[in-house]
Amino acid sequence: MTDSIIVDTATRIFADLCEPGTVNAAEEGQWPKALWDALEESGLTLTWVPDTLGGAGADIIDGFAVLRAAGRASAPVPLAETLLAGWLLTQAGLDAPAGPMTIAPVYEDGHIELANRSLRGRARHVPFARNAEHIVVLAYEAGTPSVALVPTSGLAISPGTSLAGEPRDTVTFDGATAVAVGPAPGLGTLGLVQLGAAARAQQMAGALEHILDQSVQWSLDRVQFGRPIAKFQAVQHSLAALAGEVAAAGAAADAAAEAIARYGIGGELVAAEVAIAKLRVGEAAGTGAAIAHQVHGAMGFTYEHSLHHATRRLWTWREEFGNETHWATQLGHMVAARGADALWPFITQGS
Amino acid sequence: MAYNFHFDPVDLPPECQELRQEVRTFLRQEIEAGTFSPTGGKGSFSKAFARKVGARGWLGMTWPKQYGGHERSHLERYVVIEEMLAHRAPNRSYATADRQSGPVILRYGQEEIKQKILPQIASGDLCFCIGLSEPNSGSDVFAASTRATKTEGGWLVNGRKIWTSNAHNSDYMIALLRTSPKTKENHRHGLTQFLIECKSPGITIRPIINLTGQHDFNEIFFDDVFVPDLHLIGEVDMAWKQATDELAYERSGPDRWLETFSGLVELVRRAGPEPSERLAEGIGREVAHLATLRRMSVSVAGMLHAGKTPGVEAAVVKDLGTNWEQALPNKVRLLAPPSGDSSPESNDDRFEEALRHTTLIAPKLTIQGGTREVLRGIIARGLGLR
Ligand SMILES: Cc1cc2nc3c(=O)[nH]c(=O)nc-3n(C[C@H](O)[C@H](O)[C@H](O)COP(=O)(O)OP(=O)(O)OC[C@H]3O[C@@H](n4cnc5c(N)ncnc54)[C@H](O)[C@@H]3O)c2cc1C
Repeated sequence: MTDSIIVDTATRIFADLCEPGTVNAAEEGQWPKALWDALEESGLTLTWVPDTLGGAGADIIDGFAVLRAAGRASAPVPLAETLLAGWLLTQAGLDAPAGPMTIAPVYEDGHIELANRSLRGRARHVPFARNAEHIVVLAYEAGTPSVALVPTSGLAISPGTSLAGEPRDTVTFDGATAVAVGPAPGLGTLGLVQLGAAARAQQMAGALEHILDQSVQWSLDRVQFGRPIAKFQAVQHSLAALAGEVAAAGAAADAAAEAIARYGIGGELVAAEVAIAKLRVGEAAGTGAAIAHQVHGAMGFTYEHSLHHATRRLWTWREEFGNETHWATQLGHMVAARGADALWPFITQGS
Repeated sequence: MAYNFHFDPVDLPPECQELRQEVRTFLRQEIEAGTFSPTGGKGSFSKAFARKVGARGWLGMTWPKQYGGHERSHLERYVVIEEMLAHRAPNRSYATADRQSGPVILRYGQEEIKQKILPQIASGDLCFCIGLSEPNSGSDVFAASTRATKTEGGWLVNGRKIWTSNAHNSDYMIALLRTSPKTKENHRHGLTQFLIECKSPGITIRPIINLTGQHDFNEIFFDDVFVPDLHLIGEVDMAWKQATDELAYERSGPDRWLETFSGLVELVRRAGPEPSERLAEGIGREVAHLATLRRMSVSVAGMLHAGKTPGVEAAVVKDLGTNWEQALPNKVRLLAPPSGDSSPESNDDRFEEALRHTTLIAPKLTIQGGTREVLRGIIARGLGLR
């Protein structure tokens, strides 16, 4: 069970400070300072860092619930990324700094070298790199995984954007110096990608909840043929199907979050739950966004209407930290290796 | 916010884990003894098996002990049901009574009937069927016109029910019958539930062969069938009130997403430990859906257990579940590696049997127990659209 005070705080901040205008302005390059500051002052940005390392010391599960709320609001800030960065720092016993952070690499095959605090390598699609004050890098020092805290000032960052217009930058680390380094022997890029996938699954589940609300409201307001389009059975059934996808996405994302909260990253059960979640939520994102757009008609295809805040993020997030094909293949191999008679025990293992 | 879905996380308590192992051991023994085959399509009706399950205390699990029940939790019952279904145990003789008819009698039946009937359901001795549908009353359940007319000491029933699964094997039916015309204000008014003995004089059961070639459902003719007053269930004319949410939840269990599971199991068997990327991907996708459905279904059971009323959630699970299990056989078919004249040791025959069975039953999955369209209507109402 999540701590409702933390989630309520987050929800209130997003309601007050993350209007559609804020999201549009962020896409134009304007940093949503008021929103970020409020999140930081409430301690929400370091949810996954224990208080001994300068964080809020909340439960892992609360961080996931905050990300759900952030996804609902299409919050254009590196909140998930800062949580992930804080988690990485914690794995190496490093103190977390204030300010927005992000992580690198974001791919399982990412490889950044570390030697005496000096880094070498390049990472693509680093979320919000240009907005972050620090990048927390999972680097390898003589083959051993280490966590390095790297200030962005002086880094070569070449800007790129996601489908949602959010920063996804290419960062070149060659010659950069870390301000803190700690070994993290048990860690690997796979673990980071798993946590990233679980985080994105929560954001997507939140965004899906939002487009369901938006679509239901729109269908009740929009009148054609003399009545609200909500009264047409075809529209009702489309929205019922959307509701099913939203419910499945929420359940799948929660399963992964709970497994991680209970067992930590690593281990087969968590690997399975993360694969299931990112895959199922990714499918829901595709199906769900299509229904939401259909119900909104041409209006939903305009920049003026805010539906695209959520749908473009859904299309972005489903591709990040492993898309549906990636996780389906992983999961299929897991199942096949255990064999047919172990399939049902595999399905029931979590509970 | 339109509709705030809640699928509360559930941790099955330790007694459920123990029970699961108990059920698995029992099923393994039964399979080894040749009682049933986990891949077989036939022979799913067995009263002998029902009595064994009853003797284990796995029927009427949640009912009061005074009626032969075991006062165990909804979650424990859930575990037993899903293990039976996943192993394709022959549950036809007891499933309807345990899931639907028993709870109706427990809640609305007369005391004497409760004492007489419920213990016999819990022991696995009674088989029930459901008499809702009629030739002109399908989705529109409240259009039923088979009449019950008051007579000395009871009622006389005339008319026709159809699609009645398992009636030819059943001891009793719970039927929805017309006792008064509908009213202008309430088109659901005027129907009453009765307990009817299937061997009563005046009942004729005509088999209807379904497209799999099997005799499973039936047409039932009622010709002046006498039903004693004692068999009246609940209030006259007010059955619509008794078709409560609570009973609807009983129908949202694992049987709404496990009916074609055997196809997936046999596909995994054919895939072997190192399948191609394409096959692995296909298997992975279906497993993710299955695992998510199960989680949602357990969650509904958990919410019931906690005394909540997750009506819309239950409809969502059934809608998602039946659509998924219906689409599964075709995906399995297209994913399967070609077999041709493969070696005799392969499981090709088993696979093909599972695929044949699941392909043929697929169409019914989104019709029986309320069609997809009816369910979507329920969800839409939950969303505030109607
Ligand atoms: C295998 C099987 C076993 C069954 N066992 C039993 C049993 O034991 N006892 C029993 O009483 N019944 C049983 N039934 C019957 C079942 O309950 C009905 O088939 C079901 O309620 C649908 O009724 P129908 O077949 O008359 O279809 P109809 O109601 O005629 O529906 C035909 C199509 O029209 C759609 N439709 C109807 N009304 C609407 C509407 N308002 N809006 C949108 N679409 C609509 C339906 O969704 C469906 O797609 C069984 C059915 C099957 C397939």
